[in-house]
Amino acid sequence: MALKTDEPLIHLKGITFSYPGAEPVLDGLDLQFRRGEKLGLVAPNGSGKTTLLHIIMGLLKPDSGQIEIFGKPVREENDFLEVRHRIGLLFQDSDDQLFSPTVLEDVAFGPLNLGKSKQEAIDIARKTLAYLGLDGFESRITFKLSGGEKRLVSLATVLAMEPEVLLLDEPLNGLDAKTREAITQILALLDLSYIIISHDIDFLATTTNAIYTMQAGRILLDNKLYAHEHVHVHPHGTYPHKHE
Amino acid sequence: MISEPFATGESIIHRLDPRIRIVFACAYCFVVAFSKRFPVLLAAVAISSALMSISGLSLKAVGKRLVLVNGLVLFLWAVVPLTYGGEPFFQIGRLSVSRAGVLLSAQMTLKSNAILLAFIALIATMTSATLGYALKKLAVPQKIIHLLLMNYRYVFVIEQEYQRLIRAAKIRGFRPKTDLHTYRTYAYVIGMLLVRAASRAQRVHQAMLCRGFNGRFFSLQKFTTGSNSWIFSLVMTIIIIGLTILEWSV
Repeated sequence: MALKTDEPLIHLKGITFSYPGAEPVLDGLDLQFRRGEKLGLVAPNGSGKTTLLHIIMGLLKPDSGQIEIFGKPVREENDFLEVRHRIGLLFQDSDDQLFSPTVLEDVAFGPLNLGKSKQEAIDIARKTLAYLGLDGFESRITFKLSGGEKRLVSLATVLAMEPEVLLLDEPLNGLDAKTREAITQILALLDLSYIIISHDIDFLATTTNAIYTMQAGRILLDNKLYAHEHVHVHPHGTYPHKHE
Repeated sequence: MISEPFATGESIIHRLDPRIRIVFACAYCFVVAFSKRFPVLLAAVAISSALMSISGLSLKAVGKRLVLVNGLVLFLWAVVPLTYGGEPFFQIGRLSVSRAGVLLSAQMTLKSNAILLAFIALIATMTSATLGYALKKLAVPQKIIHLLLMNYRYVFVIEQEYQRLIRAAKIRGFRPKTDLHTYRTYAYVIGMLLVRAASRAQRVHQAMLCRGFNGRFFSLQKFTTGSNSWIFSLVMTIIIIGLTILEWSV
């Protein structure tokens, strides 16, 4: 599909969404996300960040507003099938993402759904695992992995579908310093457009080139966050984090 | 934590084609379950024990499982001979122990142990995942296999959530007693567990949709039927036919 370079990959117009019996979490939200953008989203809990990603993927249907993805309006479940092939979502909880008995099967699941042959899917899965430094994990049992391994394998399941855009929902949540570092490195090397939800400003500062926040159900460019100054003590001397 | 201690091993049985193991375990168990003659049942126990020893599983671990089942069998021994009726075998005071009841209890003891041993030797020696995929190859309906594999995958997650809820109650001083407060707390825990399991299921489904799930599962596991598997098939066929003849001839 020919896509003009200046045309947004994801274009949300006036999206309103509310969960039953509650105030709207998204209220007239607009978003234009272009190819090559690496966007961070930081906002308080319950401000609708996850909801936003789920609306982009078509997992939730907005009460009103329009969604255009890859230059095409998407409304029905069928419209979103293509969206899900080209946009990968990393869930907050890796246990939601990994459901197959073994790692290889889980990573191959996406490619198989995209119509690849078994052998192709296995090759892609192995390649992706190797790329993430997970060689030798193929026959490991998914639920017996550690939290950090689960997150990396989840990332592999998403990357194996060769998406053009990544949506990452708190990718560092609950991870140790080593895995955080690994994920930061991987994202820095990826030549993909992505949106990251995180509460970790340092992480967003190294991996994204614009940080937004959400307020009253809308997205705001938050310039204040750039001026964020880093003054705090380090009680955990063995696990220093980087300041850049 | 549920574990599969028998699934990993290097015995001949572990290396047999899982499909063949399933087919013959089922056929064998059917024959044993319908047999009544003691020579047949004793032979079955001997054959199952032989399978067991070939599988090289730890006798102690297997013994533990047998104790569990035989506890139930013991309960049958306590009830059936006294209540079955018919010709009395002997009398203890005013209680008459029925001959047919004793025979039936003995049959059940032999049958359950023979079947259990055969299943442990042949089926417990594969992982649930392998079992699922082998059943799929044997044309068992997809839905049943999804149920099996998804249960297998998420029973651990749900157990963790249960532990989390119980811990949350415990750290606030909850101690189970026989009162309404305890019952109510347990009801909340179970209710909460159901709600969480349901929302977990929804999130898993969403994650699957995001990866293009369209109702079909794929298995990457390949099963090969080596010469050992064919020899095993032949031996099991002879055994099954032999037991059948022994039971139903004459």
